[in-house]
Amino acid sequence: MHRDFPALSHMLVFLFFISLPVFAEENGAALYEENCAVCHGNDGRGGVGVPLALPDFQYAVSDQFLERTIRKGRPGRVMPAFNNLDDAQVKAIVRHIRSWAPGKPIAHPSIKVKGDPVKGRALFAKNCAACHGSKGEGGKGTGVTFSRPRDLPIIAPALNNRGFLYAASDQMIKATLMNGREGTPMVSFLKQGLSEQDINDIVSFVRSFEKQTPVNVTHEPDRNKLASVYESPYDMKETIAALKRAIIGENFRIIRIQNLDSGLVDEAQEDTHKVIIYFCNFQLLNDALAVDPRVGLFLPCRVTVVEKDGKVLVYALNPKRLSYLFNNAELNKLCEGMSETYISIIEEATL
Amino acid sequence: MKKILSLLIFVSSLFFSGQSQADNLLMARTRLSFPEAMLKLQDSIHEQGYTVSRIQRVDIGLTKSGYRTDKYRVVFFGEAKLVKRLSNDYPQLIPYLPFKIAIFAEGEETLLIASNPHELTRNVYPELESTMQKVEKDMLAIFKSMRDDE
Ligand code: HEC
Ligand code: HEC
Repeated sequence: MHRDFPALSHMLVFLFFISLPVFAEENGAALYEENCAVCHGNDGRGGVGVPLALPDFQYAVSDQFLERTIRKGRPGRVMPAFNNLDDAQVKAIVRHIRSWAPGKPIAHPSIKVKGDPVKGRALFAKNCAACHGSKGEGGKGTGVTFSRPRDLPIIAPALNNRGFLYAASDQMIKATLMNGREGTPMVSFLKQGLSEQDINDIVSFVRSFEKQTPVNVTHEPDRNKLASVYESPYDMKETIAALKRAIIGENFRIIRIQNLDSGLVDEAQEDTHKVIIYFCNFQLLNDALAVDPRVGLFLPCRVTVVEKDGKVLVYALNPKRLSYLFNNAELNKLCEGMSETYISIIEEATL
Repeated sequence: MKKILSLLIFVSSLFFSGQSQADNLLMARTRLSFPEAMLKLQDSIHEQGYTVSRIQRVDIGLTKSGYRTDKYRVVFFGEAKLVKRLSNDYPQLIPYLPFKIAIFAEGEETLLIASNPHELTRNVYPELESTMQKVEKDMLAIFKSMRDDE
């Protein structure tokens, strides 16, 4: 036993060393493809997410900015927090992103920028608010999404965002304002005629967003509820007719009425006690797709009527149950409205 | 000391709370064009043992109403026995059945999105764990097959 011990520890040391390269060589390209490409594009051109490959972006940001952005994301702004990735994986992804714009990113000494946030506030209102929002809340919509018409080719990121303020140093913000980002609507404000002192003032104002109490993404009591269910005083047929009237009354169009298992079993075998009513309002849908192209997951709107043990029940999904997965504050607001619509349709039909 | 320790544990649990958001919203980008991706998606769904029950053409409705949009569909699918069991015994899941995947064109490429059905039942219906773990595994396999498009 005594003899075996050193052999075992040698073995362990050996195993440790042969396994080292595995840890060191996390495959950044594969990790990027799996976690990021869906939004930022395979080559960093952008999509639901903003572009990452632009040289001006890459030179303005430090590795720490990239690492912190991956770790914490941008709460409420679609960009998720990747707390499932370990340090080696995050670094591998950063290396992969860096491979698109070879060259050294400018170093950011952690020196704070000294400016006057009060002057900065006025300059911000004049020069920045049109794109980044009057409170720095960012432009509406997502990334550069090519599939739909939009105002700006690239969304202006939220500057009052906890995730952004955590990742970005004063010097990074300053460099972005001084140089702009070629290939995006973000121009150099030095070239626009602002002085370096003006820019310092704006940086101080942007930094002051940190002191504002963040808009809370609170855990609403009903966030975990899967569905709302209402009992109808009418029979199956009458309930469906009443729902149809209520849906049309709320300015929706009926798309289709079908049994829940339609298409899964032979028509003759379908369970006629579970009926889905699909409906839609194309203007609302169009607005929703502009907020987040992924809203297809909520589509089409629907209520389901179920007859069970002599009772007729109407089920509607709780939109908030899904919306938090999207990390999109604008979408949360839409879902709030959608919840109310569902409730008023069903209440009207089952009263 | 104990206080600090429990605070630390609490704080780190906030940051490392097991499942990440990314696992609950499944997404994939494929270099395939939209029509090719549609075909491949339906094949992948069949391969995992599910039936495509319906394809909702969201883009057609939008275009007819005068809005501009690229190709956008919602693919509904399920497995008859599973959908029956879930909808009978767990009526709260009814609005989420059959399962679905949204698929839309972005330029020359195609994006796919689904919510992970397992996420709906985790910590709510422990007796469904193995069933829903299998659904999750199948969905992940579908998304993986869509990503590996070289
Ligand atoms: C669900 C879509 C989505 C996914 C997945 C995603 N991002 Fe993002 N990302 C975004 C959006 C949207 C923004 C812009 C946020 C804003 O407008 O404030 C962003 C912003 C960023 C930024 C900041 C860019 C800038 O100009 O400051 C970086 C860096 C970034 N993402 C890297 C990544 C990496 C690396 C991954 C994968 C580990 C990833 N993202 C995954 C959507 C996404
Ligand atoms: C015409 C619209 C527009 C105006 C005006 C504008 N920006 Fe931008 N800004 C953008 C866009 C779009 C981006 C994203 C560029 C990219 O994708 O790399 C951006 C990026 C930034 C970034 C980097 C954010 C990040 O997450 O990397 C900062 C900081 C910034 N802007 C600050 C400002 C400030 C401060 C002003 C006013 C002095 C300003 N911007 C004016 C559109 C604008």
